[in-house]
Amino acid sequence: MPVAPAALTLHELREQIAAGALDPRALLRDLLERISRLNPSLRAYIAVDPERVLAQLEARLQHGPRGPLFGIPITVKDNLCVSGEETACGSQILSGFRPPYHATVVERLLQAGAVVIPRANMDEFAFGSSTETSAFGPTRNPWDPARVPGGSSGGSAAAVAADVAIAALGTDTGGSIRQPASFCGVVGLKPTYGRVSRYGLIAFASSLDQAGPLTKDVTDCALLLSVIAGQDARDSTSAPMPVPDYLAALSEPVKGLRVGVPALPSDGLDPQVAAALEEAQRVLERLGMRPVPVELPHIRHAVETYYIIATAEASSNLARYDGVRYGWRATALPAGPARGGGIDASSAQRGLLPMYLQTRAQGFGAEAVRRILLGTYVLSRGYYDAYYLQGMKVRTLMKRDFDAALAQCDALLLPTAPTPAFRLGEKLADPLQMYLSDIYTISANLAGVPAMSVPCGLSREGLPIGLQLIGAPFQEAMLLRVARAYEQATDWHRRRPALAAAGTAR
Amino acid sequence: MSVVTPAEVRAVAWLARIDVPEDRLPQVAAQLDDILAYVRKLQAIPTQSVEPTSHVLPLSNVTRADQPVPPLPAEQAVRLAPDQRGHLVRVPKVVDVG
Repeated sequence: MPVAPAALTLHELREQIAAGALDPRALLRDLLERISRLNPSLRAYIAVDPERVLAQLEARLQHGPRGPLFGIPITVKDNLCVSGEETACGSQILSGFRPPYHATVVERLLQAGAVVIPRANMDEFAFGSSTETSAFGPTRNPWDPARVPGGSSGGSAAAVAADVAIAALGTDTGGSIRQPASFCGVVGLKPTYGRVSRYGLIAFASSLDQAGPLTKDVTDCALLLSVIAGQDARDSTSAPMPVPDYLAALSEPVKGLRVGVPALPSDGLDPQVAAALEEAQRVLERLGMRPVPVELPHIRHAVETYYIIATAEASSNLARYDGVRYGWRATALPAGPARGGGIDASSAQRGLLPMYLQTRAQGFGAEAVRRILLGTYVLSRGYYDAYYLQGMKVRTLMKRDFDAALAQCDALLLPTAPTPAFRLGEKLADPLQMYLSDIYTISANLAGVPAMSVPCGLSREGLPIGLQLIGAPFQEAMLLRVARAYEQATDWHRRRPALAAAGTAR
Repeated sequence: MSVVTPAEVRAVAWLARIDVPEDRLPQVAAQLDDILAYVRKLQAIPTQSVEPTSHVLPLSNVTRADQPVPPLPAEQAVRLAPDQRGHLVRVPKVVDVG
């Protein structure tokens, strides 16, 4: 049986389309057929409009541009603005919002000739590690529908794993690309802060957010990163650094490179994940890499630091959702007196204030409300120094840890997540337990360094396990090079969930 | 040890302009308290001589040429509002003239 087009990798499709061996229409039809069949149960997409996507392809075929992704569908997370397409960040408060402009990463995909498929499902405002907080219903893990795909880019990861996406963009503020990549058995990369433009990425925590690829293999990851990376005049925090040839880096030798192995807090680390990591280290050693013990003494404070800094920034960024200029507005206002918190109660009872209070109370889900309140608390007078200022100082210490560790090695090797995918509902009622599932990923965001997750095993229950590689700033090429060598020596990236195999061969 | 009181949640919710019903305040306070109790471990780390990091990139005062570009047309911008009339965004009455 021939391999269905939707099951191929980005680089295979690119070659076939360039050689005239595959009609992009056949590819898109195959993908849309799989989406219509699998998405109702998987919910990797919030919604897909086949007519609009097909029309987009026809326009591309007629007018180009014939770039490196010509005719290939790329899925994007629901927090990356696509002009004229509903982009709601997984939230009721932005439902119906159709941005009047493209995010820069979306624009770059289009300039590369891709067909953009919007609305990969996500935790509301990327607040979560399971995609269960989406206002549009949870995404299921293609390996086991009783389990979560991870999050917040769970829709992107599940879509790639189930072959209902060729490749996808996600965003990562504390692990939101890498942890779902690990849970779904795909490759995910969070670039260096500043490597990829954040223009049109709906802000969660502006000093931590980065967009990046989720793909079927490392080569696809390099290809997609080379399309989206680079400075953008519309994002003053995008770095004025040249973009290296990431594809060329894949074939560079790894013999003699040093892999840093940090001592890690092991509470909560699943022994199966620890065993998979040890085996991965042996594979890297067989490839000629030399293990170097390193210290990251402040990494065990990553979760605390993150939940101060990220919620503080989120509470500020989300202040803009007031129901006035765009998005959703509450129309059902309570009849009784509104609480004024010491403010003139009569002004809280009519006019704009009840509209603000109710729009935000009804428009945000429970986790978004929790984070806004937490962020407001740590920024408020009397608590600022003890929480926010202290958080920023520990962030400095964490950055120094990474500078020191990465001066002794070429890449760090860590687990991506402490466990394989957990069950739906398992951690939803205990926010702190949910936050701890990002314990190994968060510090890379705080330090601003690049990090990627690569499949490195399956648990006894048949669930994917991921390894994490972390590099020095702007050393994505080094991560891709090591990841590619590892991938060639193993076959974990070729394992597919039974769901993906349905109706295809691979 | 409980630190966050329902009254504090009420005050913070007001600052954040989110209506949290009275009967939910104790539960929200307990959840915030749980998280803050964990987060407070950070306060034991000595940081007297450490500068805070708000941003990791060594970039400051990024400028570009001061060249005007066409703005978003008013009708496109106003069309995004949940309630509008003509080129205007409609909101509940702000000024009480009665």
